[in-house]
Amino acid sequence: MTEFSIIGKPIAMVDAAGKTTGAGKYTDDLCLPGMLVGKILHSAYPHARIKRIDTSRAEKLDGVVAVVTGKDAPTPYGILPVGHDEHALALDKVRYVGDNLACVAAVSEDIAEKALELIDVEYELLPAYFDPEGSMKAETDLIHDNKPHNIEKDYHHVFGDPDKALAEADYVAEGRFIANEVTHAAMEPHSALASFELDPHTGKLGRLTVWSSTQVPYYLQHKLSLVLEMPMAQIRVIKPLVGGGFGGKSEVIPLEIIAAIAARAARAPVKITYNREEVFWAHRGRPRTIIDLQTGVKKDGVINAVKARVVQDGGAYCSYGVVTILYSGALLGALYDISDIAYDGYRVLTNKPACGAMRGHGTVNVRFAFESQLDEIAAKLNLDPAEIRRRNLLKPPCITINGLRVQSYGLPECIDQVVERSKWKERKGKLPRGRGLGIGCSHYVSGAANSIIRSDMPHSTVNIKIDRDGGVIVYTGAAEIGQGSDTMTAQIAAETLGCSLARLKVVAADTDLTPIDIGSYSSRVTFMAGNATLRAAEEVKKQIASAAARKMKCPPDELVFRDDEVYRRDLGGEGARATHSEASASGRVEGQILRGSLQQKRKDEGPKDWMTFEEAVVAAIDFHGALTGTGSYAPPPEARGGKHKGAGVGPSPAYSYAAQVAEVSVDEETGEVTVHKVWAAHDCGRALNPVSVDGQIIGSVWMGLGQALEEEMVWKDGMLMNPGLLEYRSPSAIESPEVEPIIVESIDPEGPFGAKECSEGSLAATIPAIANAIHDAVGIRLRECPFTPERVLTALRAQNKAKPINLTEGVDPTAPTRFREHGGALWFRGKGPERHPLDPARQKATAEIGGDD
Amino acid sequence: MKKELIELRVNGRSHELAIEPNKLLLDMLRQDLQLTGSKRGCDDSSCGACTVLVDGITMLSCTLLAASCEGQEITTVEGVSERGGLAAIQKAYGDWGGAQCGYCTPGFIMTVKHLLAENSDPTEDEIRAALSGNLCRCTGYSQMYQAIKAAIDAEQRGMAAVK
Repeated sequence: MTEFSIIGKPIAMVDAAGKTTGAGKYTDDLCLPGMLVGKILHSAYPHARIKRIDTSRAEKLDGVVAVVTGKDAPTPYGILPVGHDEHALALDKVRYVGDNLACVAAVSEDIAEKALELIDVEYELLPAYFDPEGSMKAETDLIHDNKPHNIEKDYHHVFGDPDKALAEADYVAEGRFIANEVTHAAMEPHSALASFELDPHTGKLGRLTVWSSTQVPYYLQHKLSLVLEMPMAQIRVIKPLVGGGFGGKSEVIPLEIIAAIAARAARAPVKITYNREEVFWAHRGRPRTIIDLQTGVKKDGVINAVKARVVQDGGAYCSYGVVTILYSGALLGALYDISDIAYDGYRVLTNKPACGAMRGHGTVNVRFAFESQLDEIAAKLNLDPAEIRRRNLLKPPCITINGLRVQSYGLPECIDQVVERSKWKERKGKLPRGRGLGIGCSHYVSGAANSIIRSDMPHSTVNIKIDRDGGVIVYTGAAEIGQGSDTMTAQIAAETLGCSLARLKVVAADTDLTPIDIGSYSSRVTFMAGNATLRAAEEVKKQIASAAARKMKCPPDELVFRDDEVYRRDLGGEGARATHSEASASGRVEGQILRGSLQQKRKDEGPKDWMTFEEAVVAAIDFHGALTGTGSYAPPPEARGGKHKGAGVGPSPAYSYAAQVAEVSVDEETGEVTVHKVWAAHDCGRALNPVSVDGQIIGSVWMGLGQALEEEMVWKDGMLMNPGLLEYRSPSAIESPEVEPIIVESIDPEGPFGAKECSEGSLAATIPAIANAIHDAVGIRLRECPFTPERVLTALRAQNKAKPINLTEGVDPTAPTRFREHGGALWFRGKGPERHPLDPARQKATAEIGGDD
Repeated sequence: MKKELIELRVNGRSHELAIEPNKLLLDMLRQDLQLTGSKRGCDDSSCGACTVLVDGITMLSCTLLAASCEGQEITTVEGVSERGGLAAIQKAYGDWGGAQCGYCTPGFIMTVKHLLAENSDPTEDEIRAALSGNLCRCTGYSQMYQAIKAAIDAEQRGMAAVK
């Protein structure tokens, strides 16, 4: 008999049928009687003061029920307590092309769109900032008045004595790396439906219910309460199925609040669903990051110091920015053993959509730089790149110089696995020119040890209710967003209670029904909500065991719960239990409902040596009354990090580890890079559902591949040039390489059944693995991603000392400089900023606006 | 715009509908028939989440006028389940992790259905080519190939369920 009966086995997700048949409901699939359609008016300018908004013409249009503007909800909010700098609808200023100005609620989408055209806005244009390094020099016309030099936040951390260590290093590598901006592009556009009930006592608007495609229902409830000035208890947030998040839905997106404001004004339910272009404007993706990195090593390849200066182009609002810039520095630690670290991080505001959290939050771009530089160092020292990584391993359990506690550490095995499977030793450096292998490593938190809202509240709480039918209902606030959170919850509860999955029903993410959980982000759900589920199930199990033990005349800890049966440990061999299975085949227990209440108890049946799960449950309810349990999880104090300023970000109860080898070929004529295969090993602690873990690893690799090769948000004067899925170019089935996921199980001492995170940590290794493979193939070191054909060709020409090609030289200056330029709706309606400095119309405009391009 | 009466056949049933002549098939399915399985992921035929079959051919319902489909047989993901049970491809997508968030899944199911109707034993390259018009952001597609192969095996074994 194996150790576990439910976990560790590949199973279909509990909500899979709803997804494959189309029966499952996402927010935009919902419909309420009398529901109106909301449409939002967006700013056409990157930075402007609003002098006047006149909605009167729009309000008069037949079919328009309400028009709301910033005045209808003037309270600022933001996901971080330190970053309350957003308004659901702009009050006095717009700060990016796409910023929200007004919302129309109308009986149909056509009418709402027509009404948007009738809203008159008078702007006073202000100089705009698009480049973070330029923006940092700003003295006037600041994006937010309380942020001098447009710097949202800067941190300067020194651990050990990096200057001294660098001076003692045998070799110091130095370089500037740039990772361009990418976005989540989840398949489901954001959607929110808001509806008020009338209060029977006051006769006025009462409780509010919001259905939303969110990763964080409880944060949404909190921010709605803040902006609408309603008590949280009057607000219910329900999360239906969510069509992917990746961090893009991990904070409150303006439409969620706007829908509620519009519903309040219209006195009717209002649904707002973004179109794809609006999703790109809502953004909250990974910022363009400029990394100046110095790594010092000894002759044997042991790293003795790292200095990093990181500048992030954060866009117009704070969003998760303060956390992002801290992660970039904090997670320089906990992967390798580095004793001296200096980190200068700048989160800078620019007039572009706000950047926020995206898969691998804050770590991905810096990891690209670090792992690429480590490869350069290995080449310099004539060391095998896999070997130099092995020489810098941590020795856990340990606490890193910047206060991160590491317990389980599967990195060595991850490296061994990918080296072996890719035949690294035989092939690395020996493939024909044009084809190469590269390695990269990465790690990520299994949830943040400190919540973004400082409090002593547990990060996850789970309730379990079991009734006389033997059905187990688990109530969890954790948000299923496609990653398998509900399935994980069901598996852990079923395994602990020893019952079949068919008995499990997970009720999730409904603030009225489920206990609080801070949401699905920073890969925290398996570790934290999983632990809470485990504890809740153990509490219920204890109650069942005490009742069953009375019937079986043995101590409760002698009982084994497994496969829908409860039996005494000494009697529970395979053979003994086989005879029982027939007895419970019908699945019904005599007197299931009535026994203990109306029906007389049977005469003493004598001690039993086994019971079905239902019999045990009925016995427990007879004995205790209602059968419920609750469990919660808060990270232990030892895992919460150091004391320095900003120490709260980075610590986690456990870290996942990943190593990858990528095999690529480079076409030296076209500059095109093809990834043939990626071997991806990931230490997830324990794989609760291997098919899901594989899926998360492959998905991470694949998203990293997109950022490495194709995906980039292209800007021109603050206008997004590629706000469409075709132009943004996330890889399709044609471009996706074969990925061999390799699960490494390090069994974390605190994870539920030893599990850690598995859905973010792998992403960061893919980009440097590909960069290093390109170097192996053709000898060029690419320090800016994505590695597009243009950049590859430029580097190849530089390698041959040829003149770089200027693709746009001598061409019409107003012509698009990139093939995939698209420009979006505003562009085509002639509302965008003018296109090119030589465009006469723009010269007139810049004379008025000024500008910083 | 003034509504007109049209008759459409969807998943084997006829519906008489009063709709605007400029109404898109996707909106008609989702709003008028409450068949919300077909999804809107973009606005310009780039993602494939709205894929349906029109007379057995995959079409993107987000850029197709509903009125233009009069007299044709429309099949949506809701019409794929066989005799009240999961079709082999649906079961396989669940078992092999072909669906994570599931938003793109109905479109993929329709595309695969069409692929397998045309070619009962496609190679991996043929599968990749067929799927390339649909975008998925979660899975990296690999597990979909496994699911499709499993569904083909199940079909060949004449079973309705795979495992």
